[in-house]
Amino acid sequence: MRFGSNFVMPFLVLGDPNYSTSLKLLRIAAESGANALELGFAFSDPIADGPIIQAANYRALSSGITTEKSFMLLKELRKHSDIPISIMVSMNMVFRYGIAKFYNKCKTLGIDAVLCPDCPLEEIGELLAESKKNKIYQVFMVAPSTSSKRLAEISKHASGYIYLVTVRGTTGIRKSISKEVAGLIKKTKSSINLPVYVGFGISSRQHVKQVIEMGADGAICGSAIVKMIKAKNPPLEKVRKFIKSLSLD
Amino acid sequence: MKLRTKFGAFGGIYIPEMMVAAMEDVEKAFIRCRKDRNFNNKLSGLLRDYAGRPSPLYLAENFSRDIGCKVYFKREDLLHTGAHKINNTLGQVMLAKQMGKKEIIAETGAGQHGVATAVVCALFGLSLKVFMGAKDIERQKPNVYRMQLCGAEVVPVTAGSQTLKDAVNAALRYFLGRVDTCYYVLGSVVGPHPYPMMVQHFQKVIGNEARRQILAREGRLPTHVIACVGGGSNAIGIFDAFLRDKVRLIGVEAGGNGKKHGKTLSQGEVGIFQGSKSYVLQNKDGQIEEAHSISAGLDYPGVGPVHSFLKESKRAMYTSATDKEALHAFHYLSRKEGIFPALESSHAIAFVLRNRKMFSSNDILLISLSGRGDKDINQVLSFGK
Repeated sequence: MRFGSNFVMPFLVLGDPNYSTSLKLLRIAAESGANALELGFAFSDPIADGPIIQAANYRALSSGITTEKSFMLLKELRKHSDIPISIMVSMNMVFRYGIAKFYNKCKTLGIDAVLCPDCPLEEIGELLAESKKNKIYQVFMVAPSTSSKRLAEISKHASGYIYLVTVRGTTGIRKSISKEVAGLIKKTKSSINLPVYVGFGISSRQHVKQVIEMGADGAICGSAIVKMIKAKNPPLEKVRKFIKSLSLD
Repeated sequence: MKLRTKFGAFGGIYIPEMMVAAMEDVEKAFIRCRKDRNFNNKLSGLLRDYAGRPSPLYLAENFSRDIGCKVYFKREDLLHTGAHKINNTLGQVMLAKQMGKKEIIAETGAGQHGVATAVVCALFGLSLKVFMGAKDIERQKPNVYRMQLCGAEVVPVTAGSQTLKDAVNAALRYFLGRVDTCYYVLGSVVGPHPYPMMVQHFQKVIGNEARRQILAREGRLPTHVIACVGGGSNAIGIFDAFLRDKVRLIGVEAGGNGKKHGKTLSQGEVGIFQGSKSYVLQNKDGQIEEAHSISAGLDYPGVGPVHSFLKESKRAMYTSATDKEALHAFHYLSRKEGIFPALESSHAIAFVLRNRKMFSSNDILLISLSGRGDKDINQVLSFGK
């Protein structure tokens, strides 16, 4: 099992702000104490993302990033690091690439997991078949509104880890972790026997600590990192330090 | 979900998990309301007394003479707020009210759906936020004022192409944060289930009336039914009643300016966009492309899944008219009939003008005049004659 407990998982958009800097950032993220990486394929219309990650998608696309170049970045990264990698990709990009071809490509590159944020249980069929065939984890999201009945259904199909969204709204920086998160973690863990990582709004070491104390197996931190990558020459050292600061030991 | 979410291979519910329960609630409310006699009586009453239904069926004799066969207009342009959009907003806002929702949101392109939502929210005393592309705010000023007059807040969307697609994204993102308290009134037969089915349900009154009216006038059905297609709500609204008849259904998309366009069905490819599988304007990687049309309401890179299904099953035919042709049609109809068609509806008229040779004298054309052109006067003026 490549996804375990006490996991810190930074999120970056592949190709943000451009190919070469993105590769540097990916290597920094992989070598700064993170336990796994969640890497997004840039998409023109990401509906679950707030302004910070929308801007990252836009930067990457305007620098000329494509699906093929995103895969090239992953290939480069794999030469340097064996860290578990989860892909966050919009359904249309997988569909256009060809679902079977996409998963097969992930397998060739040693990608561990795939999450399509706009593909819920109702539409997951084809993805699930390919993820099984290629031995890639299919990650599911769970939300505060996910019913117990639905959790049971998700537990039948999910693998790798559960991406638990504890806030209402899009990705973005938030000031604090609400008290109801502990209950949500407990509810999810009681139905699904997989590591539960909390994402959306995880913005500091304090937040990571809090959700893990509340019983989560890990935390995913995106916007707080991506926010530092505004320019063509992002402060690489600052990013490194911040990612390091998130780690628990 | 309880109902069928797909139209053949199209449609579905491609949305984040965080939104699924909310769509289940909307579906549940829709199932309840559509068979609820009180709901339907109240809706018909409002459609009649508030919106002005039934809208007239008008035989455009001057136009008919030029084309060489009878041409009828279904006059949705005469409804309150000036377009067919109010059929849907009355239905959905009543549904939201029944669900106990306090805050309503909507997206708008041309502003017609925004205005139609704003008047109904004013009527029901509900607070409304309308997301509108900054570019569209610029070209549809009068509609912005109308919404504000009704007490709605118009939220400018500066992301992306600053048009309808980005307004939909902004509304979806806002909704994601308030799924428990907020109701999203989607304006076309697009988005995730149950919207495409529900909006079609509320718009099919157009075709139902038109079918009765033309049978009463002519004793037979039209040979062709023609409507413009952006998201496709007026088109499916008028097509719906004729789906089982031997009647040619023709959808006219935005042909644009030669470089950019809104020909989603005729030139796009199948993809997944804003909640459903349908034809989409996109590049080979699946990145959504910007559409273009002289009419803000057709400036959209997606289209309702029901139209993708009608195209694939060859039940309807989809074609396009250019910006220039639409503009010409606007002037033509003003001159010939004294009717200002919305630039959206002008596309349907332009198609008929361009293809007059394809009709024979015995044909009867039924055109959906989906909206009035008053909102477009300034824009048309800016292009000169």
